[in-house]
Amino acid sequence: MKNWLRQHRLCFVGALARLARTPLASLLNIGVIGVALALPLAFYVVLVNVQGMAHDNTPAPQLSLFLTLEAQTADTREIESRLKKHAGVAKYRFIARDQALADLKAKSGLADVIGSLGSNPLPDSFIVDAKENSVTALERLRDEFKAWPKIEHVQLDSAWARRLDATLQLGRLIVLVLGALLAFALVAVTFNTIRLQILTQRAEIEVAKLIGATNPFIRRPFLYYGAVLGLAGGVTGWAITWGGLQLLNGRLAGLADLYGANLKLHHLSAPDTLSLCLFAAALGWLGAWLSASRNLTEFDPE
Amino acid sequence: MISFSQVTKRYPGAGGGYDALKSVSLEIQPGEMVCITGHSGAGKSTLLKLMAAIERPNAGTVLVNGQNVGTLRASAVPFVRRNFGLMFQDHKLLYDRSVYQNVMLPLDIIGYAADDAAKRVRAALDKVGLLGKEKALPMTLSGGEQQRLAIARAIVHRPSILLADEPTANLDAAYAIELGELLRSFHQVGVTVIIATHDEQLVTRLQPRRIMLEQGKITP
Repeated sequence: MKNWLRQHRLCFVGALARLARTPLASLLNIGVIGVALALPLAFYVVLVNVQGMAHDNTPAPQLSLFLTLEAQTADTREIESRLKKHAGVAKYRFIARDQALADLKAKSGLADVIGSLGSNPLPDSFIVDAKENSVTALERLRDEFKAWPKIEHVQLDSAWARRLDATLQLGRLIVLVLGALLAFALVAVTFNTIRLQILTQRAEIEVAKLIGATNPFIRRPFLYYGAVLGLAGGVTGWAITWGGLQLLNGRLAGLADLYGANLKLHHLSAPDTLSLCLFAAALGWLGAWLSASRNLTEFDPE
Repeated sequence: MISFSQVTKRYPGAGGGYDALKSVSLEIQPGEMVCITGHSGAGKSTLLKLMAAIERPNAGTVLVNGQNVGTLRASAVPFVRRNFGLMFQDHKLLYDRSVYQNVMLPLDIIGYAADDAAKRVRAALDKVGLLGKEKALPMTLSGGEQQRLAIARAIVHRPSILLADEPTANLDAAYAIELGELLRSFHQVGVTVIIATHDEQLVTRLQPRRIMLEQGKITP
């Protein structure tokens, strides 16, 4: 066990040493991976920020329940008790028809016109905030409320929510496609790097195999190298995105001042950063594994 | 024990290839010292390579300690090779590593503990008289010293069988004598020593069992 750990430690240290031995080539490789990762990463960061801003700055969509004109106090109470018990309702507000009329008079300046009406044309209504603000949840609530007795109409302004949702989904798709393409680029870069290393270390590999080294033993340093390369690339990608955000935030602050708003882009959360690094390391490892496995078989006996 | 029965090895090439070994059968007992002799191209190296599973036979079986090494899975081959100490005609030293690191390589591969490995490396270097040159690079060593380094690497993990391919090929007479004595000393402590050589003086000095090869066949 101790030996096993020691071998892995040696491979890890060896990978770092190998990176340090050819600093320029290593930096370029890491840079390529970093840039490749920074692109989808920046997109993702913007997406997350837009999502956050949309969530913070727009009022949650509300459902308006309009009762029929002939609804009595008892009916109103019935609806109210149902809303109170409903699991999907965060809070609700009752607006009596007289109150609604008074508001309309006060706000619209149409007091004369309204006063000329014989009776109050407005129904009693409830304004409902849902607990869950996804479009599907809201629409489910709307359909449910519609079926209740003495409900004339349920109004849900979900158009903007749908639009936002669709836009965010498109953004997510773009991130995914970009991410997949550039993940492939990362694997390709490590694959090639490792292939070149194997070519330059042919003699060493051949001797090691001749005196009894197993393929996993020979592969191991390359895998560590690939993982370290991927990890360094991931960190570089993170740093590039961070730098970009700093630049943007400087500009945004000026712009936001002019509008009297507070705009600031946040960088990746800690869990996202961790996933990024692990993902990049795993891809580097994968590229190295593919390369080593493909290029080591030629040393097997014929 | 090593035993060949009806072993044929053909290398592909123009005109149906060429048979390096034709129906070779032989047995080598543990602790024996054997010289395989013959002209260049008689099949000496091929014989050694078949033993260490560096090549696979086209026909016949090669048994090493009861194991058929000709049909082993690729993943089992490394463990067979660890029974052997291999000395190659071209040394196959790693020229970007120090003397010490070259000898350490087999122990790293097998996975020895660090302190035990260090002791064994020193013992092996001491045995071949290179203890003072641990930190040197192989390029700075003389031909004889490089050959001795190759021996140290071959025996550091204390293999039961030592295979040497033309060990005296590039040595002058004095070094060749020294090397012969070194090989004899391994034989004396119970190692099976198998030498492929066309150096008649070496054979005369060591007085081993002799296997003569001629055009891929054993001649009596």
